[in-house]
Amino acid sequence: MATNFRINGRSASVVEETDTPLLWIIRDEIGLKGTKFGCGIGMCGACTVHVGGRPTRSCITPLSAVEGAEITTIEGLHPEGDHPVQQAWRELQVPQCGYCQSGQIMQAVALLKDFPSPSDADIDAVMAGNLCRCMTYPRIRAAIKAAAALSAGKVSHE
Amino acid sequence: MTQPAVHAPAHPNELLFPLGIRALQAGWKLLFFRSGRFQPSADHDAQWNRGAYIAEAFSHCSACHTPRNPLGAEWGGASRYTGASVDGWFAPPLTAANPSPMPWTSDELHAYLFQGLSRFHGTPSGPMSPAANGLTALSRADQDALIRYVASLRSDDVAPQAAATAISQALQVDATNTGRQVDPDARFYVAACASCHYNSSVGINPSRPDLALNSAVHLADPANLIRVILFGINAAEGAPGLVMPAFGTGLSDAEVARIAAYLRRTRTNEPPWPHLEKTVREIRAQGKGVG
Repeated sequence: MATNFRINGRSASVVEETDTPLLWIIRDEIGLKGTKFGCGIGMCGACTVHVGGRPTRSCITPLSAVEGAEITTIEGLHPEGDHPVQQAWRELQVPQCGYCQSGQIMQAVALLKDFPSPSDADIDAVMAGNLCRCMTYPRIRAAIKAAAALSAGKVSHE
Repeated sequence: MTQPAVHAPAHPNELLFPLGIRALQAGWKLLFFRSGRFQPSADHDAQWNRGAYIAEAFSHCSACHTPRNPLGAEWGGASRYTGASVDGWFAPPLTAANPSPMPWTSDELHAYLFQGLSRFHGTPSGPMSPAANGLTALSRADQDALIRYVASLRSDDVAPQAAATAISQALQVDATNTGRQVDPDARFYVAACASCHYNSSVGINPSRPDLALNSAVHLADPANLIRVILFGINAAEGAPGLVMPAFGTGLSDAEVARIAAYLRRTRTNEPPWPHLEKTVREIRAQGKGVG
């Protein structure tokens, strides 16, 4: 039976076992490789995508859970890769090896939706589930604050 | 006929003995079944009676929310709507016995039943999900009537002060989950859950269900909490389009039990749940099922 959902604004119809992790579908069926496999048990955040605009660990989300849902991956965040969070990430040269960064960015985008000017405590609590073995945490925190300022600036100019 | 007939034998009766013996139903009906039309109560106005009709005759809310006697009939009197186990979930009390620290106000009932997401009570899941989905077809007047009736089942009125206290306590405990975590259980909870379930002093975000306010953590039966942790919530269930991942894929029974025990210990004043790991194992073996 086909599972239907939308991913980055396009319709997708996938015929796979419904307990297949969403991450495998995104990478191997849809072919979007920006979302990474980290731990496979929802404890590292590398596979974070947005489902219905909320950050979701795709490695432990079964395909059956996303029937009818709207999914956004790192590729769909902004057509030119210029989301304020991505701009801040480039500006501050956040990544080192880069493997965890698409998950970090997706989680950070969602963080800023809920907490437009997050405190250090907010960033700690919400980002603690996204691990970075290169220890880029200080730059991640700085870039989140820079993106918050960037977004706030944008809103006031509109 | 353009197609040959399909050979489809009648499905055999699978009811457990002696429920499959139809003649015995007469005895059960004699004991418990009272036929008749819905009778409006003269003590209440037309809107309340309309709500009572929708809840009792049409939505049969009590079929899940009222406990049953050993012969499977709903208990009457003071036991009505005091909550019951059904299909592996616990349908919480709709009376004052409901353990959530937040009152089920008309606004919260409306958000929960008809919009799929209450700011303080979370989202309908399990067997309540299709029930709430179906109720969205009601007209606004019927929705209001149903809420009026359901709200009246809870005889006490929680003081607004108690609700404010519950919110501030919930936010205080969320604040303890920021910064360096010494307690290994807290560290585990923050890594697995806080990216979605943390709220700041700004207030409770409905899309970040606060577990200190949710009845699943306060109920005497841990089934609802364990089920949602193990199997998650589909986009089609509960809040439309939103998903909770199935943490049972990655976490062991002991780890799920650890998170449940941690929430119970830090988010409620209730006694610890006994035999949690065994309960998790049993629920995992049952599977998500339908709903």
